[in-house]
Amino acid sequence: MGKKLLVIGEVRDGALRNVSFEAVAAARKINEDGEVVAALFGEGNLEQLGNEMIYYGADRAVVVQHENLKNYTSEGYAQAAMAVIEDENPEGIIMGHTAQGKDLTPKIASRLESGLISDATDIEVDGDDVVFTRPIYSGKAFEKKVVTEGLLFATIRPNNIAPLDRDDTRSGEVAVKDVEIKDLRTVIKDIIRKTTEGVDLSEAKVIVAGGRGVKSADGFKPLEELAEVLGGAVGASRGACDAGYCDYSLQIGQTGKVVTPDLYIACGISGAIQHLAGMSNSKVIVAINKDPEANIFNVADYGIVGDLFEVVPKLTEEIKKLKENA
Amino acid sequence: MNIYVLMKRTFDTEEKIVIENGRIEEEGAEFIINPYDEYAIEEAIQLRDEHGGEVTVVTIGNEESEKQLRTALAMGADKAVLINIEDDLEETDQITTTKILEAFFEDKEYDLILAGNVAIDNASGQVGPRLAERLGIPYVTTITDITIDGDTVHIERDVEGDVEKVDTSLPLLVTCQQGLNEPRYPSLPGIMKAKKKPLEELEIDDLDLDEDDVEPKTKTLEVFLPPEKEAGRILEGEMDDQVKELVSLLRSEAKVL
Repeated sequence: MGKKLLVIGEVRDGALRNVSFEAVAAARKINEDGEVVAALFGEGNLEQLGNEMIYYGADRAVVVQHENLKNYTSEGYAQAAMAVIEDENPEGIIMGHTAQGKDLTPKIASRLESGLISDATDIEVDGDDVVFTRPIYSGKAFEKKVVTEGLLFATIRPNNIAPLDRDDTRSGEVAVKDVEIKDLRTVIKDIIRKTTEGVDLSEAKVIVAGGRGVKSADGFKPLEELAEVLGGAVGASRGACDAGYCDYSLQIGQTGKVVTPDLYIACGISGAIQHLAGMSNSKVIVAINKDPEANIFNVADYGIVGDLFEVVPKLTEEIKKLKENA
Repeated sequence: MNIYVLMKRTFDTEEKIVIENGRIEEEGAEFIINPYDEYAIEEAIQLRDEHGGEVTVVTIGNEESEKQLRTALAMGADKAVLINIEDDLEETDQITTTKILEAFFEDKEYDLILAGNVAIDNASGQVGPRLAERLGIPYVTTITDITIDGDTVHIERDVEGDVEKVDTSLPLLVTCQQGLNEPRYPSLPGIMKAKKKPLEELEIDDLDLDEDDVEPKTKTLEVFLPPEKEAGRILEGEMDDQVKELVSLLRSEAKVL
């Protein structure tokens, strides 16, 4: 269709987040014959990361490098994004529905007086129509949505649209664009890292989640060990957060995060409707609970009725063995 | 301080979703204040108590929304405004909502606008940042702590589990995240007082807007429920065997290991 789409990638700790490649794949899907331009913002040299976006399917990349882009602020990044958008004049913009994407895209959409479809989990192209599927009511339902006027602007939920295969024989121009980033009214004073494992819940392929059955903050230890052998992240139900066993940032559910990992292991979680809303669209669900009547078993693919403190360490051992033999 | 809160009336989190004639059935459903907006209302009340001023809660909705506004007043807000769009607008999106709010704020003086970081129904999370952009004021999303010190505002925000410390200034818009506070329940005297507090009702006409001014640029084609999950398999036998079986199933059947 020959459209030009802009993909805003996301750099964290000097590397691209996976959702950046998923956004390129989404743009490619919308725009098979058109041009996909990647944009990256940050501090230091981003040119190699620009190439990486090309390996994953972008045609070319524009990077804006400025010391005031070291930490994300909506104002700084919007200045960079607007400069690129004015240059490129794209017909659509795709970004990940991450903390950054959620914060930045409404500002840009508002500035451009454009619609914005947030948190798409699927994209269908039917002739000239591009139909986005997105969860509503935290995944209790879905809607199909289209842009009726103006920019095709959307954010995509991490872990739902598969990235294209990396192909390092692809090449394209990586342009460095000078933009003066100034007059920022919000200043980041400090960032306290709490997510030590570096696996973010929204992007994790595997999540091991604990509920009230975990009984204490220490009770999360076996879950953390299991998450570690699986390369996954730890999550929690509201019950566990309310009881003070863990931080609210781990909460999955209708309030809290909505996640769709490949594998979700629910430990000592009863399965209140609000929790199910946040995780029931996971690809494979395992439930471990003492109570055979627990609601969580109704959405689980596999269930073990038993004490999580017995089952989870055994499971960790078995998976360790499997990984060692692999 | 002039403090405003943007509130949305939403389905109770307990509600199951039923689709009738291609639309989500609202008949008989319980409605609540969007949980994230409750944090906003609570924080607004606390900040007013500390710094003085007035808290006005604003919602866009229909006459049913009065109930949630009265709840906010009973919690301790001073005034409420209902922008009733029921008779005027059929289709809306975030552009519609933002334009209405922009028009509302045009002749207002505000120091701080608080909103939920997301509504648990449509969950776009767009309206707060969009409005701040239209008003030309800074915004900070998903806040978990706020301290106002003169014109300087110290904020902590949740960024995917990390805590970001941000300094900014008034006037400001913030969106609230869980962990910010513990919203109070309305007290009986609060409920009595709320009945006498001012609740202004506006239509878009009163804001010098007509339907064309707030036309959406996106459209919902259909809503549908996720496919019913088939009942899964409960494993049986000795615990060691169950665990071994589970690993084997995850590997060969589910192919996730």
